Parts: sequence; C-alpha cells; structure tokens
Amino acid sequence: MEHLILVFILVPLITALLIPFVTRLFGGGGWFLAFIGTASTALFSFILLNTVWKGGTLHYSLAGWEPPWGIEYTVDLLNCFVLIIVSFMAFITALYSRESILKEIPPDKQGLFYTMFMLHITGLNGIIITGDLFNLYVFLEITALSGYALIAVGRSRRAKVASLRYLVLGTIGATFYLLGVGYLYLSTGTLNMADMFQRLIPIYQNSGVITGFVFIVLGLSVKLAMFPLHTWQPGAYGEAPSAVSALLASTGTKVMAYVLIRVLYSVFTPGFYFGELPFQPILLTMSLVTIIAGSVLALLQVDIKRMLAYSSMGQIGYILLGIAIGSEKALTGSLIHIFNHALMKGALFFVAGSVLYKAGTTMISGYQGLGKRMPLTAFSFTIAACSMAGLPGTAGFISKWYLATSALDAGYWFVVPVLLLSALLTSVYFFRVINSIYFEGELVQKREEAPAGLCLPAFAVSILCLVFGVIASVPLNIAGRAASQLMKVIQVI
Amino acid sequence: MTGAFLLAHPAHLLVNSLASVAMINLFSRRPNIREFWTFAAAGINFLIVLSMLQAVLASDVLIYPLITVLPGLSIVFRVDALSMFLGLTASSLWIVNSLYSVGYMRAHKEHSQTRFFSAFALAIGATMGVAFSGSLFTLFIFYEILTLVTFPLVTHHQTEEARAGARRYIVYLLGCSTAFFLTAVILTYHIAGTLEFIPGGILSGTASNTYMVMLFFLFIFGIAKSGIMPVHSWLPAAMVAPTPVSALLHAVAVVKVGVFSVVKILLYIFGLNVLKEAGINNILTCMAAFTIITASLVALCQDNLKRRLAFSTVSQLSYILMSISLLSVSGIKSALIHILFHAYGKITLFFAAGSIYIASHKTKISELDGIGKRMPWTMGAFFVGSLSMIGVPPAAGFISKWFLIKGGLEAGEWMVIGVVILSSLLNAAYFIPIVYIAFFKEEVKSGGGHHEHGESPWPMVLALTMTAAGTLGFFFFPDLPVKLSALVVESLIPFN
Repeated sequence: MEHLILVFILVPLITALLIPFVTRLFGGGGWFLAFIGTASTALFSFILLNTVWKGGTLHYSLAGWEPPWGIEYTVDLLNCFVLIIVSFMAFITALYSRESILKEIPPDKQGLFYTMFMLHITGLNGIIITGDLFNLYVFLEITALSGYALIAVGRSRRAKVASLRYLVLGTIGATFYLLGVGYLYLSTGTLNMADMFQRLIPIYQNSGVITGFVFIVLGLSVKLAMFPLHTWQPGAYGEAPSAVSALLASTGTKVMAYVLIRVLYSVFTPGFYFGELPFQPILLTMSLVTIIAGSVLALLQVDIKRMLAYSSMGQIGYILLGIAIGSEKALTGSLIHIFNHALMKGALFFVAGSVLYKAGTTMISGYQGLGKRMPLTAFSFTIAACSMAGLPGTAGFISKWYLATSALDAGYWFVVPVLLLSALLTSVYFFRVINSIYFEGELVQKREEAPAGLCLPAFAVSILCLVFGVIASVPLNIAGRAASQLMKVIQVI
Repeated sequence: MTGAFLLAHPAHLLVNSLASVAMINLFSRRPNIREFWTFAAAGINFLIVLSMLQAVLASDVLIYPLITVLPGLSIVFRVDALSMFLGLTASSLWIVNSLYSVGYMRAHKEHSQTRFFSAFALAIGATMGVAFSGSLFTLFIFYEILTLVTFPLVTHHQTEEARAGARRYIVYLLGCSTAFFLTAVILTYHIAGTLEFIPGGILSGTASNTYMVMLFFLFIFGIAKSGIMPVHSWLPAAMVAPTPVSALLHAVAVVKVGVFSVVKILLYIFGLNVLKEAGINNILTCMAAFTIITASLVALCQDNLKRRLAFSTVSQLSYILMSISLLSVSGIKSALIHILFHAYGKITLFFAAGSIYIASHKTKISELDGIGKRMPWTMGAFFVGSLSMIGVPPAAGFISKWFLIKGGLEAGEWMVIGVVILSSLLNAAYFIPIVYIAFFKEEVKSGGGHHEHGESPWPMVLALTMTAAGTLGFFFFPDLPVKLSALVVESLIPFN
C-alpha cells in the first residue's frame, strides 16, 4: 500500500516526460495526457485518504533505503488533506485549460505548456508528501522553475517581467529555506524530518538551530506572499495564462502554508518557538497586517486578476492567523481555510479566464452587464464572491467563524474587529464588481456565454463553495483530525 | 403527525419561493403565465402559513432542525405564536402586493420584470426564513439573504439616482450587519455556548451587566433594518425603488424583519430578566422615543410623499421597539400586534402613493390639491391608512396604540405615554393636511400633461381597497392577533 505514495510523483513526472514525444509524434494530445495524469492523481488522493484515515500514517522509503540516510515519504492526515485539495484543483484546472490554452498559447508551444504543467504538479505533490527537508527543497525548485515558465507564456510582454520578478524573489525565498536547512543539518546531522525532530529536542537553545528556524520561516514567508514579501504575487497571478493563475492561486501559496505548518509541528515544537522565541506576537501581528493590507490593496485595483491576487494575500493572512493563535481549533480553522480558499479563488480565477476568453479583457470595467451576457459565469462569480465575503451559508463563513471563535477562546479579542473589518472591505470590492455585473451596462445585451469547457468548471467549483458552507462537517472532520494529530506531538514532549 | 402538520414545515416555504423563481424565469417571455406563478406561489405560501396556525393556537411549539453546519451552529426552524406575526403579515400581503405590482409594472411598462418578480419571491422566502427561525444563526443567514435579494429591487430603475440610493441601502444594511450584528452573534455564541432561541433567553448568568449592554448596542445597531436612529438612513434612500418595492420593503418584509429580529432577540436571547437587570429596557425606551419624535418631525418637513411616508415608517417602527421595552404584558402585546396592523396601514399608504404617481405622475404633496375628486378610492384608502397611523378608530392602529398606552400605565412609564400622545398629534399634523387638500381644495390647472386623469389601473385600486378594508377589518375583528400575542406572553410567564 505504501507504494501508492510514489504514484503521486511518478504519474505526473512520467506524463510530463511523455508529452513532448506524444506531441512530436501526433501533433497534439498534450492536454489528453495531462487530463489522464491529473485525473488519476486526484482519484488516488481519495484512495490515499481512505487508507490513512483507517490505517494511520503511512511511511515509504524511496528505493528501500531506510531513513535517516534514505529519502522517506510520510503521509499523515495533514498531507492527505492538502494533497486532495491540490490534486482536485489540478484536475479541474486541467479540464479548464483545454479551451483557454487553445486560445491563449500558440499551437507549437501547447505541448511544452502541458509538460511544464505536469512538472509543476509533480513538484507540488512531492512537496506535500515528502518527509525529508532537502527533498522538499528539490521539489520546491521543480515547482518554482516550472512555475516561472508557466507564467512567462502569458499573453502580454508584462508576463515575462512578472515571471522574472517571481524568479528573483522566489529564488531568494528558496535559498533562504535552503540556508535554514543547511544550518539545521549542521546542528543535527540529519535531513529527515522525523529524525530531526528527535535530535532537535535537546538543542533548541543552539544558535545554529535558531538561525536555521528563522531562515526557513523567512524563506517560506516569501513563497507564502506574506506582507511585505508579497510583491511577486500580483504580477504572477495577473499576467499568467488563465489556467495558470487559477492553479497558482488555489494551490501555490497553500502548499507553502502546509510546509510552514509541517516545519512548525513535525520538525520543531510550539514549546520552542512560542516559548523561547517571540514568534507568536510577530506572526500574529504580521498575519493581521497581511489581512488588512490584502483587503485594502485589493480595493484599489482596476484589473480583476490583480484584485484577486491581493485578495489572496489577505486570505493567506487568515491561514497564518490560525497558525499564530496555535490552538487546535485555530489550526483547524487554518486548514479548513486552505480548503475553502482553494475552491473560492479557483472559481474566481476561472471566471476571470472565461471573461477574458469572451470579452478579451481583465479590467473590472469590462464586467459591466456581464449578468446578461454571460449569466452562468456571472452567477458563479456571485456565489464565489459571497463566499469570499464570508456570508453565512457559504464556505468562507465557516473559516471565519472558526478563526474568530478560536481567537476569542484564546483571549485575543482584538482579532475579531480585524476579521470583521477585512470582511467588510472584501464585501466592498466584490460587491462593486457584482453591482457592475448585474446593474450596470446596457439594458439589453446579447447572450454570449463562454464555452462549456470554461464555464462549467467555474460553476461546479462555485457550487462547491455553497455545498461546503452547509455540509461543512465533511472537510471539517478531516481538518479537525489532522489538527489534533499535529497537536498530539506536543503532548509527547 | 396529521396531514396538516406535515404541511406545516417552514422548509416548504423556502422550497415554494425557490420553485416559483424557477417557474417565473422559465416563462419569462409569457408575462401572463409568469405572473400566474407569482400568484400561485403567494397563495401556496399563505396556505402553508395558515396550516401552522392550528398547531400554534393550540399552544404547540413545533421545532424543525434542518442541518448542523458547525457544532453550535445549526439551521433550525421554530413555529410558534411569535413567528406567526411576521409569517402571517408577510404571506398575506405578498398576495395583495403581487396584485398591485402587476398593475404598476404593466402600467409603467417597466423593464426587467422577470428579475423583479423573482427577487420578490426570494425576498418573501427569506422573510419566512427569518420569521420561522429557531436559532440566531438561522435568523442571521436569512437576514443577510434578504439584504442581498432586495438589492436588485431597490436598484431596479438603474438610473444614477437609483444606483446612489441602492448603494446607500446596501452599505448601511450590510455594513451594520457585518460590523455589529455578526460581532454580536459571535460574542453571544462565545459566552452562551449556543445560539438557540429559547423563551426566557440564553444569556442569563453568562456575563456582567456591562457586557449585556454592550451586546445590546451591537445588536440594535447591527439590525439596521429596524430603522432605529441613527442607522435609519437607508430607508428614505431606498425610496428610489418602484412603489411596489417600497410597499414591500417598508410595510411588509424588510422593516418588519428588522423589528421582528430585535423583538425575537430581546425575548428569546436576552430574556426579560436580563433586560431589566442590565437596564437595557430603559436604554431602548429612550432610543425608541427619540426616534419616534425626531422621525415625525422630519416627516413634517417633507414635500415628497414617499419620503414623508418613509419617515413615518421609521417613527412607527420605534413604536414597536418602545412597546417591547416596557416589558409589560400589554406592552409586548402592543408590539406584536403593531407588526401586523402597521403593515396593513402602511402598505395602504404606499399603494396610494404609487397609485397617484401612475395616474398623474405627481410625487409632491404640494401638487395633490383636489386629487381626491379624481381618485376617490385611492384617497379614501389613504385616509383609512392615515387614521391607522394616527391611531383613531375605526382603524386598526387604534388597537395597538390602546395596548401601548395600557402597557405604559402597567409599567408606570409616564414618559412613554407622553411620547405616544405627542407623536399621535404629529402624525395627525402630517397626514390630515394631505387628505384635506386632496378632497377640499380645488385642483390647480397646470399647463400640459396629466390633468385629465381618473383612477389608476384596476389591479392597483383593488389592492389598495383590500388593504384598507383589512385595516378597518382588524379594528372590528382583532381577536386572532390579540390571541396570538397573549400566547406569546404566556410562553414568557415562567421566566418573568
């Protein structure tokens, strides 16, 4: 059963390597292979969840080399949870990409696009399931490099600049992470997470350990797009092709948040950074600042993809907030927000892509009267936007509720006004668009909906926002158990 | 479970609204069939609410849990005497309002009628959700849905003016509900551990009196739909909507949801004991009294008929809040009865205003000289509505004012009685002149346009006659509302 784990790396990787040959031979078929690859990964992620839920954490040693020398893959509930989100969004994005890529990318480059796409998925999956810190770096770079390529094929020349900026900042982030890992290796002599966890326990005061921790957190903060290290994000999300923006927004920073959680709970313990370092007040403050900054900056945008990008920055703030509060309930809130936000942002970027396809613009002013021209797309946008604003009955409300109540339980009452302020600001910048969609523009317009391949994925994902706003117990169970699994670690010490 | 009980499930009301929206949109190109679906839905809605009456009158309380979203956050419905007030008001008036709307929209050749009738159906559905809510969470969900769903109605004309008014509408309502109402809900959950509606409240013994007062302020400013000052500005701003919408919003659905929510929260979350101990009743009395008088004074200064009616509504809504704040038997009865009686009286007035506009394109009171001779039915109904607002027999408003004064006497609140008398005089001051000039002044012949007109189209006249008759009827046959209010008081007795 453990071999199942390898599927998540091998399937996308082999698909990625096959695509150039297939496109050379048959002149097409890149999308089809990507579809098969992401579909099977998504399917296996559910099987994996089932296995881990019933049987407990899975361990797999690559090529039979035992840890700590060999590379180990460890899958507990947290990995499964994130893996399902990533695999599902990758699958939906692959479905979506068929039409949008046909229009946005020149035909001779489409095969290469899908290669990069599958490599990116490989990287993401690898990051999620690995139990080795350096192996994580390797996959981090795979993800990053393929990400730079994916962004650079965007439709305007600004895409190349955005990609370059992401490259510079992303490399800095990854390098910081590597430096941190280096320091930790020097201090402990191992790269395996579980092994390092044990070896770190007696040496938390070691300056090498503290330095390593700080470098890792800083590096991840760049990749997470925490304020003020977020400057690569608006360009990257804004200039990339539609399918890429959707994938990046729903998976990229979430996976980095996962890495942060993993490092904080499976390599270090809260006793170390909450107790000995001023980590909690710093992270708490930065997360609140990120939340507000994201909401305010989003308000100022005229391009919808950039607005969504800044909004994503704010939303990462929510996830960081839960991590900073540190209780099991707060951690559950963060995890459920990873889930909910992936759905909401995915849907919104799908809509942006549909509008780009039909109306040729990503400017908010181009959304006037969309309700009559593209009713299904407009409806998807409305639902997803209501979820972002945290209206009760939608998924977004669940995350906000969890974070607010856990903040109150922990005594951080000041978090609640910040959350509500950002909810208000989010309502403003989304309802501005909704108002424009339905109540502005010519009174009579021709109906020209986006092709089914674009508007159906958007609609389906936005409906999921409603579903998981009411039937929240399904993801909450998994997230709650994952959080308690993480917290158990603390009792062990 | 008898057949009647099976029908009496609030979820049916929601399904009814959703189904009607589907049918309305399906037949958007066949207006007559499309309108049929509105009437069908309104009729079914009313029948379902009626079917619940039997159980309620037998002092039964039906609880219907629907789904638990999060631990402590569940969507649950509650059918009891309190819920019937909003339920009966909204469901009976939806039928009449639909009749009026058809007449108005067709006479004015309005655009986007499908969107209009769909939003109406959803708004009533949301109102039913608030009426029959069994937990604060359920109420909050439907409260928010109502705000969103009425936005298309307010911004209907899509002119610059309509957009500005609608913007103010949504900023006030959504802003207050997110900033204050949601905070209050979160805090309530935090200290009480539950959000269920229980007669006698869930907050006794949970936190200090200061905390209770703070929570009260968050609720009262968060529920801006109750029209209490200073969060009332959305009401006159929403007058940019077509008159059937104003009639719905300001007599039937939105404002009634506002005061109903406040009443339900005061009675079923705070409870009478907490209200008295923390002094919240006195705070509310002052806030409501201030609103009553100030809004009436502002109404006096308005020349635009709909704006005058809007401020009259702000004033009348605070009657309900002031009555509840008395915490006496007759006070509570008066508040609940007024929800119903004011709705009928106010909707009559708005119907009349719209009728005048359609027939003569006049919106200002100063233009209404002699219009009573051309539109006797409309102005007659307006007269009946005015009587109800002032509180003069044989209009229903007299009964609720009677109970209010009785409640003031029971609680020993002389200030309240003074406010009632003063505001009744003010009401007379801004309603009677309109009736007088309509009937007893000569028409001013202006150049060109609409001076040769009669009544507005028959559906509108029929609708306003029906509501005026209802206003008179409730004066002569008030037994049902009074009995229901007595049942509500009874359910609170063990805790008073």
